[in-house]
Amino acid sequence: MAIPVTAGPSEPAARLIGAGSRRLTALRRFTQAVRANRKATIGVVLMAIFIFVSLFPGLLAHQSPTAYSSDITAAPSAAHWLGTDNIGADIYAQVIDGTRNVMILAIAVGALTTAVAMVIGVAAAYLGGVWESVLSFVTDVLLVIPIFPLLIIVATYVPNAGNIVLILVLSFTGWSYTARQLRSQAQSLRNRDFLLAARVRGERAFYVIMVEIIPTMTSLLLASFLNNALYAVLAGSGLQFIGIGKSDNVSWGTTLYWANQNAAWTTGRYLWFIVPGLCIALLGVAFAFINYAFDEIGNPALRPLSAAKVRKAAEAHTGRRASDGSRAS
Amino acid sequence: MRFVIRRAGFFVLTLWACLSLNFFLPRLMPGSPADRIIAHLHGAVSQATVRAIELSLGINNDQGIWSQYISYLGHTAVGNLGFSYSQGEPVSQVIAGGLPWTLGLVGITTILAFVLGTAIGAVAAWRRGSRFDGVMPPLFVFTTAIPFFWVGMVLILIFSVYLGWLPAGGNTSQLAVPSFSAGYVGDVLVHAVLPSLTLLITGIGGWVLTMRNNMVTTLTEDYVRMARAKGLSPARVMIDYGARNAILPNLTGFAMSLGFVVSGAVLVEYVFNYQGVGYYLLNAVGYDDYPLMQGLFLIITVAVLAAILLSDVATAILDPRTRTAG
Repeated sequence: MAIPVTAGPSEPAARLIGAGSRRLTALRRFTQAVRANRKATIGVVLMAIFIFVSLFPGLLAHQSPTAYSSDITAAPSAAHWLGTDNIGADIYAQVIDGTRNVMILAIAVGALTTAVAMVIGVAAAYLGGVWESVLSFVTDVLLVIPIFPLLIIVATYVPNAGNIVLILVLSFTGWSYTARQLRSQAQSLRNRDFLLAARVRGERAFYVIMVEIIPTMTSLLLASFLNNALYAVLAGSGLQFIGIGKSDNVSWGTTLYWANQNAAWTTGRYLWFIVPGLCIALLGVAFAFINYAFDEIGNPALRPLSAAKVRKAAEAHTGRRASDGSRAS
Repeated sequence: MRFVIRRAGFFVLTLWACLSLNFFLPRLMPGSPADRIIAHLHGAVSQATVRAIELSLGINNDQGIWSQYISYLGHTAVGNLGFSYSQGEPVSQVIAGGLPWTLGLVGITTILAFVLGTAIGAVAAWRRGSRFDGVMPPLFVFTTAIPFFWVGMVLILIFSVYLGWLPAGGNTSQLAVPSFSAGYVGDVLVHAVLPSLTLLITGIGGWVLTMRNNMVTTLTEDYVRMARAKGLSPARVMIDYGARNAILPNLTGFAMSLGFVVSGAVLVEYVFNYQGVGYYLLNAVGYDDYPLMQGLFLIITVAVLAAILLSDVATAILDPRTRTAG
């Protein structure tokens, strides 16, 4: 994982060691790209924090997130930084310990949806014929059917859905948009020479798809992973918030569910819902910022311009226009 | 014309897929819906009652599954969606009660978000490199990543609890009598402000960002430079040459955004106790009221398909290429 390298002091060290190693050079280039783009910096730093918390929750919170106590809906204090919930459990511990579940959900759904989309999208484009029609139809139907109500209905048929059920349901319903993007990408490649060559060599379809087609889509796959991870965080928390899924699952959505059930805003326990909600928002922002930053790195046209650059570009533009004009006359 | 027929065919097939999901999902999932309903009745239930409940759910074990399926499709085609026992009235009546509220809330908010978001995106791309363009895109990346329900809760905290300006929930005041008087209409509007603001805040970002990115690409086209060279006013170049062409992918993206808006509506109606389709859906979930759940899912799908059809028509009017491409 290259991410912790960006956290300041270790970066020059990486530069020193990296002098001879090609892998570290790539790492350094990545680090420079991240540092040059403000959105990427914010996204990567936030993500590093969440990954750290989800790996080592024990370093930050020492109380149980689910233990009953007589101290119910207590105000924030030194013992309970964010107060306690309706059963007297520590909310700060819930936020810290819940990070891991949310991260697992995000990463698993991001990876699974991307994998399913890859198989279905590329297969549709590569196989053609009836397969293409059928797979495209399924993709398009799933794309227009309102997924969230469907999720709610599916989840109610599985009472007490834990994290795994949530992951499966979100992955099963969330792959269609990516599949469509990958399909059109693969379609545009279909008649390229390198694929024709592979076919003439007599390679099997599986080999062609895995070795020749998929590697051309890395950036699209990465974007879809980040997008779908964001989708998983929002949809998963939404489902937990309306009380679908296990109510004792330690997760930000579940904490928000109990805050809402106990009308936390009328009793003055604002932090009970502000903090977990803010965590969802910040994790979402981390995924979204990293995604937009990759977009900008890959497509310079989208980068924000500094005022100085704009002026220079405008001067160049008018200058060129003037010379164009003189040539025309 | 071929384009219209193909789209219509796709919508009919999608509707059929949705009905089949409705029919087969409960039968594929572990545990029978009838058992769960019976569990809600607490206590001894006669064989006849069990059978009546199963029949009301369209489960008839004397018939094969396919003939049940055919009769389900037939009932739905004539608008017979079954009886909602949690609300004590036919499903179609519950839907008729909730749908106008949701359509009003979601419809107006979506149009507002589209118009405002597209305008902001266009201006940001036009004034590329300005302070406006420096602040807006990151701000809207942030708003697209915050959860709907949380925005709703924070707005309630600020405007209802802290400032006391707006009601925290409900469609109208509790004793309000429906009429076309200014007082009643005002009451409805006041109750709709916070739910729509919630949807607007979380929904607008997508439009801004896609519009900005499309517009940045469009503005580099030769016809835009040509329009500038002709000395047309900047507003005319921005709107007629830039925005009109950049807006097309946004219209196609409408279909994608609708699913997002519907999920937002469900959560927002839940937070604000706004008695629309989403509110009844979650209520039905709470009571295991399967006929109501299925009916609502169907009507939400129909509404989304209708809106997509409208956006298709709008695209066809604005972009002649789609008409010929078929």
